[in-house]
Amino acid sequence: MTADVSIRNATKVFGSFRALDDVSLDIAAGEFIVLLGPSGCGKTTLLSILGGFIEPTSGTISIGGEDMTHVSPARRPTTTMFQDYALFPHMCLRDNVGFGLRMRGMGKAERFEKAFSYLDLVGLRASSAKKPHELSGGQRQRVALARALAVDPHVLLLDEPLGALDLKLRRQMQDELKAIQKRVGTTFVHVTHDQEEAMAIADRIVVMNKGRIEDVGTPASIYMRPRSLFSAGFMGEANFLPAKVRGASGSEAEVETALGRVALPASAFVSGSPAVGKDVTLCIRPEHFRNANADVPTVSLGRGRITGSAFFGTHHRCHLAAGDAVLTAHLPQTDTPQTGAELDLRLKADSIVVLQEGV
Amino acid sequence: MRHLSTWLAALYAGLIYLFIFLPVVVLVLFSFQDGSLPVPPLNGLTLRWYEAIFSDGKLMAALGNSLLVALISSAVACVLGFLAAYAFARYTLPASGLLRGLIVAPMTVSTLIIGLGLLSILNITGLRLSLVTVGIGHVVINLPLCFAIIYASMGGHQVNIERAARDLGARDWQVMLLVTAPMLLPSILAAFFLSVTFSWDEFIVAFLLSRFDVTLPVEIWSMLRSGLDPKTNAIGSVVFLISIAFLVVMEFTVFRKTGKSS
Repeated sequence: MTADVSIRNATKVFGSFRALDDVSLDIAAGEFIVLLGPSGCGKTTLLSILGGFIEPTSGTISIGGEDMTHVSPARRPTTTMFQDYALFPHMCLRDNVGFGLRMRGMGKAERFEKAFSYLDLVGLRASSAKKPHELSGGQRQRVALARALAVDPHVLLLDEPLGALDLKLRRQMQDELKAIQKRVGTTFVHVTHDQEEAMAIADRIVVMNKGRIEDVGTPASIYMRPRSLFSAGFMGEANFLPAKVRGASGSEAEVETALGRVALPASAFVSGSPAVGKDVTLCIRPEHFRNANADVPTVSLGRGRITGSAFFGTHHRCHLAAGDAVLTAHLPQTDTPQTGAELDLRLKADSIVVLQEGV
Repeated sequence: MRHLSTWLAALYAGLIYLFIFLPVVVLVLFSFQDGSLPVPPLNGLTLRWYEAIFSDGKLMAALGNSLLVALISSAVACVLGFLAAYAFARYTLPASGLLRGLIVAPMTVSTLIIGLGLLSILNITGLRLSLVTVGIGHVVINLPLCFAIIYASMGGHQVNIERAARDLGARDWQVMLLVTAPMLLPSILAAFFLSVTFSWDEFIVAFLLSRFDVTLPVEIWSMLRSGLDPKTNAIGSVVFLISIAFLVVMEFTVFRKTGKSS
């Protein structure tokens, strides 16, 4: 089962701290949404408000068109998968997964059958008589997922569920989560501070900071066209170059940076059209410094000198000095960057994003 | 040098254990005395004093009463202690520190004061002295202990588990009965068995609050008034044996449980 979620002007104040500041968000039924942000950004507060564990100071929550703002967790069509799994330590896996069904008054035979089918879904049917402490972290994770899904929630809330797993297992669980979400079709709202995890599983990512939503979009659009400095900096690496708008025509704008004047297409201005004299910031991803083809429009930021580099497998990460600016560039793994060598800082015009905030 | 200090330490430990257990050893030894006085010299060994106590109807009735009072009053104390601990650990209560202190405070009050206080309350209310009143007295004495043990084991890590249960549709009583209590079972059992052993050989309150049906310590006391004989040693040994049995059961259940759930 699945349902859409609508959050309207949700605000939560703890004492003098605004954990959530006028947040509005619409989530479509069956969507996999990831709330991404650093700790203290309000993502967990938002999740708790969706789950009914916290009531918002103001604003409303509706799920499947019904107002849920003041409904208790037990009576919401949501279940939560907790960060520490929160499995019942004294029950076997079958009873853990069947607990929600038991609370709904389902008979033993039917309940066990359903619990087995959900344990099957996560590949743990053979362990149904085990207790949680006999399982590995990844297995406990799967039981927590099965338990939360067994009651057919319309919306599943996941509170940093993969945080305690090691990298390899985390990757594997991300794939599994995504696959299971596609299979059951339930709306998933997943909280994490790990941007790679967000990109791996999300249909849409919601970037949060200081209780507000900074950016919402598909992983690609948030990475390629971030709409705020915070969003650009949090999702991967970015160079920020302060600039001033010097001229603007219909389809093009000229900005002045410490590395010279460059002409950029108006489409680079993702958050509002260019206004002459305004301080803006150019956001350049490090991998965009790779030699651009000559047959697309390019801009040049002069030349940079390599001051250091390290090999990362998929690329060389190089520090560049260009004028007073210090930049980071990712060069192809087949290159052999030498410290002191000079580099032509040429990149595709449409790869630059201009943000209407000063650094 | 090192050898000497080890030897001295062993001697010291030996003396401590002797000091603690000598009275019990003497009591048990002279319960087998073949003679009518439980004092040295030991004339020979016999089981006739045990035979005497097991065929003594009054004594056996008192033993049964004691067990009944111990088990029921401990169960009540555990239930009340658990509910109080749950409230203090899971809800923000006004003046919570003060109230918590007040629950534990009776532990520091002498049982004589508690017994006399209860006696005057019972006189006012007109409730007749019986095993029930003894049981009430033992609940008053053991509740602070049960509360303290159970409260100490309620940590923050169980809060999320209870939240999960609630999230899955459990009502408050279901959370307590199906999730919290089973998780805390080791400490609840520890509180229960400790409470049973305390109630089992409690004398003052049992003496003050009982009349016709008495518990074993009170019956032994009235036996003592007619003078020493090895029969008192024998029943004393039985009391001691049963106390030990409770402790052993506690050790096994509690250690087995904690060993499993960690």
